[in-house]
Amino acid sequence: MHVPDGFLDAPTSAATGAVAVAVVGVALVKARRELDDRTAPMAGLVAAFIFAVQMLNFPVGAGTSGHLIGGALAAVLVGPWTGVLCVSVVLLVQALLFADGGITALGTNIVLMAITTVLVGWVVFRLLQLVLPKRLSLTPAQAGVGAFVSVPLAASVFVVLYALGGTADIPFDTLLTAMFGVHTLIGIGEGVITGLAVGAIIAVRPDLVYGARPVLVQRELVIKKSVVG
Amino acid sequence: MSRVARKGVSLRWVVLGVAVVVLLLAGVVSRFADSDPDGLTRVSQDHGFAHTEKGRDGLLGDYGSRTGVLGVLIVLGLAGGVTYAVRRRHPQDEQS
Repeated sequence: MHVPDGFLDAPTSAATGAVAVAVVGVALVKARRELDDRTAPMAGLVAAFIFAVQMLNFPVGAGTSGHLIGGALAAVLVGPWTGVLCVSVVLLVQALLFADGGITALGTNIVLMAITTVLVGWVVFRLLQLVLPKRLSLTPAQAGVGAFVSVPLAASVFVVLYALGGTADIPFDTLLTAMFGVHTLIGIGEGVITGLAVGAIIAVRPDLVYGARPVLVQRELVIKKSVVG
Repeated sequence: MSRVARKGVSLRWVVLGVAVVVLLLAGVVSRFADSDPDGLTRVSQDHGFAHTEKGRDGLLGDYGSRTGVLGVLIVLGLAGGVTYAVRRRHPQDEQS
């Protein structure tokens, strides 16, 4: 979904740039609470993993491909604020070194792929975690669902931005239908990859998965109670 | 939490394992990536605004095995550096 230079006009790009700078600034402060000596080594790796998997376009039919965005994955593995930082670094390197995504569009891409997907992915994940039974085995699927939902929603945010400052006159409904449709298909891949990746880390070290900690704490309490009783 | 942390594979092995997977994905699996346009590019072609793109060349060119691995290392260094700098420091967690 990397937006190139030229799709959005200068005022819109400046506005998304300002939002991106503000949110990344807050994330730099808030990420401290998520990062301890156990999660900090994971954060760089999560960013590197997302960069690598973003290169792996998979077909979604009709001569179109998609790839992981990774916002929901990063949020669940290392925490939402750290997740914003991880995906933002990936987008920065892609724009500067690979011309994947524009320079003036960097703010737009951070808003869409680092902020929107992290926010949506994390909120959906946490809601499912609160509503469903507290079982560690459910965590990968919950992360997958959050990831799935985050992609068409990020695509919809692009359509709103395009309606505000797109450089061509494309009807809103037409663009929304096209973007939402293809990114729902891409979202399936996002959900599967996210579920598998979260599941793999949980299998070896569940305590390294930030989003699994509420379930782990719960589990620990249950064990202690049975020991006392 | 700290008691749970002692179980399972050591952090060092997890980090090493993930690093190997990432390098294999960037260096080898990337050769099999689908080269069709992605969702947004395809929509811009279908709906007649692909020409508004202002293209340019990246400093490292396109994604390939070598540039991909280089990109991975740069992202790892940058993201690892930023998150390492802002992390909390708990002396009791240091040995894990």
